[in-house]
Amino acid sequence: MIAFLVRRIGQSIVVLIGVSIIAFILEHLLPGGPAKAIIGPRATPIQIAAFNHQNGLDKPVVVQYFVYMWHLLQGNLGRSYKLNQTVNSILIRTVPESILLVGSALVFSLIIAIPIGIYQAVKRNGIFDYTATSISFLLYSMPSFWLGIILILFLAVNVHFLPAEAPQGANLGAILAHPSGLVLPILTLTLVSYASFSRYMRSSAIEALAQDWIRTAKAKGLSQRTILFKHMLRNALIPIATLVGLSLPSLITAGVITESVFNFPGTGFVFINAANTEDYSLLLGIIIFVGVLTVVGNLIADIAYAVLDPRVRYR
Amino acid sequence: MSKTEDLDAYGSPVNDPNSKIGTNTPSSPEGGEAYASGSQFKLILQTFFENKLAIVGVGLVVIAAIFCFIGPLFYHTNQVATTYNITAAPGGHHPLGTDQNGYDVLGRLMIGGQSSLEIGFSVAIIATFIGVLWGAIAGFVGGIVDTIMMRIVDTLLSIPTLLLLIFLASVFKPTLKLLIIVISAVSWLSPARLVRGEALTLRVRDYVKAVRVMGGGSRRIVVRHIIPNAIGTIVVNATFQIADAILIMATLSYLGLGLPPPAANWGSMLSDGVNYVYDGYWWLIYPAGFAIILTVVAFNLIGDAIRDSLEVRLQKR
Repeated sequence: MIAFLVRRIGQSIVVLIGVSIIAFILEHLLPGGPAKAIIGPRATPIQIAAFNHQNGLDKPVVVQYFVYMWHLLQGNLGRSYKLNQTVNSILIRTVPESILLVGSALVFSLIIAIPIGIYQAVKRNGIFDYTATSISFLLYSMPSFWLGIILILFLAVNVHFLPAEAPQGANLGAILAHPSGLVLPILTLTLVSYASFSRYMRSSAIEALAQDWIRTAKAKGLSQRTILFKHMLRNALIPIATLVGLSLPSLITAGVITESVFNFPGTGFVFINAANTEDYSLLLGIIIFVGVLTVVGNLIADIAYAVLDPRVRYR
Repeated sequence: MSKTEDLDAYGSPVNDPNSKIGTNTPSSPEGGEAYASGSQFKLILQTFFENKLAIVGVGLVVIAAIFCFIGPLFYHTNQVATTYNITAAPGGHHPLGTDQNGYDVLGRLMIGGQSSLEIGFSVAIIATFIGVLWGAIAGFVGGIVDTIMMRIVDTLLSIPTLLLLIFLASVFKPTLKLLIIVISAVSWLSPARLVRGEALTLRVRDYVKAVRVMGGGSRRIVVRHIIPNAIGTIVVNATFQIADAILIMATLSYLGLGLPPPAANWGSMLSDGVNYVYDGYWWLIYPAGFAIILTVVAFNLIGDAIRDSLEVRLQKR
């Protein structure tokens, strides 16, 4: 187990260094370099030279990278010069909102996907299986923003049942004070992630059902319920731990789109606004943050997998 | 070797975002240089067309292609100059009404579809080409080269594609070619991973050893043996790539980072239509949305069917 942990953490550190290199390259890909992005498109060459000298941007690239890395290691993700705030302070303000949205959608989609997937696997190729497969297939092929718009159209415009926009508030408390506005964004994101989870849940359950121990349990005369809940469920759920870790990037992506559709005041919304106002330092800060989050999420998922399923450690 | 093979445990088809319903992606045919005889290919084709959903998928793609590329030859509309006849309801001269600039929606659907399909196919081809070479080389060479190449893939995978795309699209003002390059640049990762997995298993096969013994070089093994034998996985993944690229393009356009007007694609049409959600102008929201969904569904159906028919072929052998 310790060897597995060391190897896996080592890999993660390599990937994290890779992420920092990519962010560094992206920053230097900007036309005119970081200076132009910060002091503006109309900066004169003299101003740029002065800025570069002040900020150490006239030093060799390798030195610059290590300075950059040093800031990152101190947890400094940079500064948004358009909003005149540090990226950290923006993240501290908006991340809880995004966690509320993505987290609850994740929980709801798993609550729906796990029982439906198992039922599909048990009653394979029946009407229910085909219907559920078709629905998730359709949801999977739908642009997530379109799904959000259609839900707005049906539930907020045609029937004035729910607000079309997420509650606007400066902090989590203000948002939770208007829970009705949270329904549509969370519903959209739940359906989007359900579409991908249900596929895996179904095939994972089918795979578990085909194992020898299920046949043995049947041969011993155990009841269907005992087989399903004691033998099959636990084995079918193991891959879901990894799946949740691996789907972090797509969950975050879907979260960004959903936040933009519903004006949900989270990190994704800030990201899209930053893209439209060309606030590159904020964009890069969020990209690094999400990259680190993904790597750490995958690492935790893998460790959870190894804890749950000892076979993984020895592969 | 064990170090790199471990990773494969997470990249297995069950966890791969590109593996759709069903079980594992089939491994490739066993044998020398693939498809020397036409009979295997015939068998795949036969099984493929026995699948009703596959026919629906192919039919939808053919209809979409005819609609977008041949439709404008018969249905002439003005998609350049704006008119005052804006957001007109469907009927009369405009079967699907007009949009906020007075463009005919049906005609715009055709023009927009052209760029959506072009982007889908181009991205799938470029991304698959890069990914296949990358993965085949990494898997075949192995060792430190494999480790470095796959760490690069892992790194890029840990930054969500869309965020990277949004950044690039906001830095470089997009043109059609640039968008294709940028979307391809972030899409080659999953074929690279899949093909590497295949290459790892293929390189120890007897026929690869035989080629070595006969004096065949590495390039010959990769190009003539490893890639052709992984072709099933590659084609299935490429089909899904088309669907994904169309969705990504639509999303980018929706976020306002797609092609600037007067260029149109289904995503940008939706993006404009969303402004009229409260006005009940359904013809600005449904047609483009259904066009995207049907096309994406079609490619996903085809991909699933190809994979199934490859599996059936393996069973029949």
